[in-house]
Parts: sequence; structure tokens; C-alpha cells
Amino acid sequence: MIKHYRDEGRAEYFFQKNGRAFLIILFGVVIYASCCNLFIPDDSIFYVSTYTITLLGKYLCFALLALSVDVVWGYCGILSLGHGAFFALGGYTMGMYLMRQIGERGVYGHPVLPDFMVFLNWKELPWFWYGFDSFGFAMLMTLVVPSVLAFVFGWLAFRSRVTGVYLSIITQALTYALMLAFFRNEMGFGGNNGLTDFKDILGFDLQSDRTRVVLFCLSAIALAIAYLLSQLILQSRYGRVVVAIRDAEARTRSIGFKTENYKVSLFVYSAALAAIAGALYVPQVGIINPGEFSPLNSIEIVVWVSVGGRATLYGAVVGAILVNYAKTKFTAEFPDEWLYALGLLFVGTTIFLPKGLMGFFDVKKWRNQRRG
Amino acid sequence: MAKPKKRVKKDDMNIFKSPKIEQVRRAVSPLNYARNNSELAVDVSHNVILYVESLSVSFDGFKALDDLNLYINNGELRCLIGANGAGKTTLMDVITGKTHPDKGHIYFGQTIDLLGKTETEIAQLGIGRKFQKPTVFENQTVFSNLELAMRGDKGILHALFSKLRSEDLDWIKEVTGIIGLDSKENLLAGALSHGQKQWLEIGMLLIADPRLMLIDEPVAGMTASETERTAELLISLAGDRTVVVVEHDMDFVRSIARTVTVLHQGSVIAEGSMSDIQSNPAVVEVYLGEEQ
Repeated sequence: MIKHYRDEGRAEYFFQKNGRAFLIILFGVVIYASCCNLFIPDDSIFYVSTYTITLLGKYLCFALLALSVDVVWGYCGILSLGHGAFFALGGYTMGMYLMRQIGERGVYGHPVLPDFMVFLNWKELPWFWYGFDSFGFAMLMTLVVPSVLAFVFGWLAFRSRVTGVYLSIITQALTYALMLAFFRNEMGFGGNNGLTDFKDILGFDLQSDRTRVVLFCLSAIALAIAYLLSQLILQSRYGRVVVAIRDAEARTRSIGFKTENYKVSLFVYSAALAAIAGALYVPQVGIINPGEFSPLNSIEIVVWVSVGGRATLYGAVVGAILVNYAKTKFTAEFPDEWLYALGLLFVGTTIFLPKGLMGFFDVKKWRNQRRG
Repeated sequence: MAKPKKRVKKDDMNIFKSPKIEQVRRAVSPLNYARNNSELAVDVSHNVILYVESLSVSFDGFKALDDLNLYINNGELRCLIGANGAGKTTLMDVITGKTHPDKGHIYFGQTIDLLGKTETEIAQLGIGRKFQKPTVFENQTVFSNLELAMRGDKGILHALFSKLRSEDLDWIKEVTGIIGLDSKENLLAGALSHGQKQWLEIGMLLIADPRLMLIDEPVAGMTASETERTAELLISLAGDRTVVVVEHDMDFVRSIARTVTVLHQGSVIAEGSMSDIQSNPAVVEVYLGEEQ
């Protein structure tokens, strides 16, 4: 039993050093793929198609999303099954900006109102759409709206000491409630069609290769910054308090820490990361609709993290990319069986690789070193 | 199987490097540095640090504490004994804010009302607790465990940006020495033996430099020599600090106690020196009688 703890703990600290390798690989792939897309003629075998670039960009956004879940789940034991909500909210704020950018080029050609509002016979812009014609304001809202929601939710939940499975259930309820709300046309966010038909971002055409590559690179940069920042935060004393809360919350409280403050702040930070991921995701895939709030999406994120390995940060990234790659391949061949595969994957990892793929590789490596 | 056992025992012998009481006392007194920059203004003008008056707690109709009165003098070493279910741990839970009483009062010094304060606030007032089952942060090093328990600002911003000061490092070093884990400070707490975890937990209590220490079963699972050292440590701590010990081990209680309080079914049935208690017929009947 004691040995088990030692292995587990050692692995956890050992992982941090592997972060550098992770960043080098990330930027290596990103630079290679970008160059091959922009500078190599498309009949060459080295050419990377814009489709692939967009697909990779999507994976990176998911990786950032997974990272945000790992921060709260892996390090603080808060199993959030509602992080898709923050991702979707971030996506919606970006979507609103992109909708306002369409201007007169919409199907109905209205100078201010997006198409769906004209279709619903609305005469003027709802108040909450004001300001979204400004990129700066929209980006501010990307951070503010999900953070405020996370703060209010976290404040209520953690102060009342809701933990464990109960917390997971209410996070799930949160995202489900938002999904139902956003499905309604009266909400003013495009109902079940969501926001789509985007034309350009900051004046750059969203369909052009160059814009796609830039968005892809921005996703990678956002992921790297989030990774480094999270590592910095989690290695500070704050991070040790957070891990202490995960392992023995009552004890942490008894040595004088207001654990709810730590949990709320970490939850808000995590929600902001998820929102940034959402905001980067939307211009790349070209649509945001209430389906992003679906509870299943949030559960999928948790599967990515557990496959990759919790409490390592880069494990979450690897998990997100691998599972999504598998999903892309799998759904192309057997679209109906994917959910079963995902379920099996989750059960399999939980039973055979409790620390995920990264835990498997790392503990083995450490053992070998000790033997050698 | 025999060999490793022997080795562990040898380790035990070195654990505490036989601190004479004075030695420990000297080690821990200058460390009152924390007290100077803290908000610890406990009014002990009547020489009583803790007042517990007519305290009652019930769980689903079961009276865990029943109109309990207890006064702890400043600087004393008090032992609480009593059979299982006598309410010892519940009493500690109430003092530290973990359980809320149905009625009664608890005052820390003359002025501070502990009821209505949260666990964190009570901890920051200078009331430390060692739990019955040692709970240390298993995935963190001994050093980290002590660092987290150290008195000081426990706010988020401070935790994010603070660096350890050199006197903090000295303090941690000092405490690892007192608890005999100086060679193990980079080891994960989960890798320690049961006795060492008990010591680490005592260290976490020491490092916070509390005014009042509530210690629940400190010697459970310790070897005879470890028990002896624990007794020395607790005796050396009393005086500057106030120590309340809950313990089942009667030999241990006999070795440290000045005053013993006996709880039975949620109230105090006797209080006095160990010899008074042993000759008290009510106590003999309900508690000691079972043992002998």
C-alpha cells in the first residue's frame, strides 16, 4: 500500500518535467503543418490540406478544453460534467461577433440584424447583442460571461460544500439547462440553428487558407500559454493547497485554509480556459449551436482526460487529441457505434489504466530507472 | 519477515534523538515568532483559556454531549479519558467548529466566542488539532505538509505569489528535527510508517504554533519508545501552550497527566489528579473497572 502511494506521488511530480518535450512537439507539428500548407503546392505529397489544418486546429481547441477540465478534476478533484457549457458560452460570444461582422452580406441584407432575427421578424437588436460588433468587447465577454457563471455557480456549490457525485450531477444539470434555454428562439441566439454563415474575422476571410493557418497557430499558442500558466499556478503554494484539498479537504480546512475560496477561484480559471477554447473553435468550424451544450459533450471531455491521464496537464492534451482522432476515423467508418466505443474506452481505461496512458508510460519509466 | 522488522525498529530509535524535555522546550520557544505577527490576542486574565459551558449535542436523538462543563487553564496539560462514545471526539469537533452544538457556550479566553465561527477562523485563532486517524497529505512531501500547515496568511493571492522566507525555512527545519523526520523531508508523506505519520501530524500542529492544542489519541499505533518520546514532547509543550489530550492508553495518561477529566455519556463525571480519579468510585465503576 505504501509503495503504491509512493509510485503515484512520484509519477505526479515527475510528469512536470516532461512538459518541455510536450511544447517542443506541439510547436514542431504546428510549424511543419503550417508551412506545408502555405508554401508547398497542393499536388506535392508533402502538402497538408486546409481540411487537415482545420481538423488539427479543432483538436487543439479540444486539447485546451481537456486541459481546463484536468486543472479542476485532476488537481482539485472537482469532477465537472458541465465544462462543455463554458466552452459553448465562449463559442457563442465569438459567434456573436462573427454574426455582426456579416453586416449587409446576410441573406436578407439587413445592415444590423443577423439573418435569424430578420426571419423571426424582430425589429431591433436585443440589448445583449450591443457591443459585439467590436472584437475587443466580444473577447472581453468571452472571458467575463463564463467566468461570472462559474463564479456564481462555484460560490453557491462550494460554499454549501457540495462535493463528489452531487457536484457532478449539478454541473450536468447546468449545461443541460443552458442547452434547453439556447434551443429557444426567444433567447435571441439563433435557436436550434445557432449562429453560422460567418464571413470574416477582423476583416480576414474565414475561408482563406491563410486565415485558417493563423487560427490554427493561435490555437496552439493559446494551448501553450494555458499550459505554462497552469503549470506555474499548480506548482506554486496555491497548487499544493489545491492538491491538499483534493486529497483531504477537511484536513486542509482544519489547518486554516478557506477551501471554498480556492475551489471557486480554480473553477473560474478553468472555466475561462474552456471559454477561450470555445472562442477559438467557432471560427474554425464555422458554426456554434446549442448542441455544444449537450451533457454528452461534457462527459466526453472527462473521457479524454481520463484516457490521457489525470493531473499531468499534458496527459489531458494527449488524451483529447488521440480520442478525437479516433472519433474522426471511427465515425467515418461506423457512425453509429462510436458511442459504444467511447464507453468501452472509458471503462477500459478506468479498469486497466487508472492513471491514463501517461501514467502507464511514466510509472514504467520510473521503475526502470530505479532498477537500472 | 523478521529482518525488515528489526530495521524499522532501529529507525524508530533514531526518530527523536532522545530530546530531553528542556532541549525541546528551548527549540520550540523562540519559534513563538509567529505569535508576534499574528492576531492572537487571547485574553487569559482569569487564567482560563477555554470555557465550555452546558454544552449539548445530539445526533438523531442520541445525546453525544449532555450539558457538559469544562474549564481548561492557560498553559496546562489536560487529559480527557472516557469509554468509547463518551463524547471526547465530539467535544473536539465542537471546539474546532466541525460540529454545531444544540446549546451551550464555548469561549476562548475571556472574550472570543467560538460558536458561530468557522473551522478556518478557529484554526487561525490559534486552536490546532491532531485528528484521531492521522490525516496527512499523502501525495505531498513531508516538507510540503509542514509548509502548508505553517501559520501565516492562508489567502489565495498570498499562496500564489509568496516565497518562503528564510526564517520559515529555519522553522520547518527545526520542526522536522523535533519530530525526527529531518532526513525524510523530501519523502512523500504517504510513504511514511504509521508512527511517522502520527509524528508528522504532530509536527503540522507544532508548526502552526497554536495557543491551544487538541490532540486526539496521539500514541495509537506507536511503539513503546515512540510513546515515551511523545509523552516527553507533550510535557515540554505545556506551559507556553495549552495541551488537551484524548487518550485510551492509561499508562500514557498516567505518565503525562497533571489533571485528568473523565467523560461518561456526554458529561464530566470526575476531574482531578490521576490518583484522585483512580480512587473515585464512580469512575472505577464506569471506566477503570472495565479495564482492570
